Amino acid sequence: MGRAVSEASAQFKPGDRVKVKFEDRPGHLRTPWYIRGKKGWVERVYGEFLNPESLAFGRDGLPKKTLYLVAFNQTDLWGDAAKNRDKVLVDIYEHWLEPTGGDAP
Amino acid sequence: MARGHHDVGGLPGGPIDQTEHQLSDWEVLADAVNQALGVRGIKRTDELRRAREEMDSAAYRDMSYYERWIASMEAILIEKKILTKDEIDKRLAQFESKWGEP
Repeated sequence: MGRAVSEASAQFKPGDRVKVKFEDRPGHLRTPWYIRGKKGWVERVYGEFLNPESLAFGRDGLPKKTLYLVAFNQTDLWGDAAKNRDKVLVDIYEHWLEPTGGDAP
Repeated sequence: MARGHHDVGGLPGGPIDQTEHQLSDWEVLADAVNQALGVRGIKRTDELRRAREEMDSAAYRDMSYYERWIASMEAILIEKKILTKDEIDKRLAQFESKWGEP
């Protein structure tokens, strides 16, 4: 699990704007409901890890998936209820992310 | 489909009980069994999480944290044909006849 290899294969880099896919399907999904369909930006590329959606059913977790630390503005998640500039940071696997426009804050 | 019973981020959760409470012996034992099953390569954490997500929602909500752990370990051990539901129930009945109901 070389870090150089995993970062070379990563689709996104820190600062990239991303949108979380809104998927709803059976299985063990590590992407919490409250960020599905929301936009944020990549804070960090962790590297590649076995896929928990596969491991959860006793399978081998391959192919590995790139895991990111993704940031969201509180106000983008909770609207007026979040009257502050804090961020929410969530670990999200690459297959849950798609590129989206705009600049990172 | 909808959000699972485990996936409650952002929902109103009510007040949080922040008082310290000591773990019961059975809770420590539940943790020990969990560790042992992991070291032996019998289960992965992801499998137990999935088992808890597949539980009956009302049962999930009624259970405490370690009760959910035990229920998910039981489900995975049965799924992997290491134990049968019958074996577990029989052993449980033995304990209850010896020690009384929990």
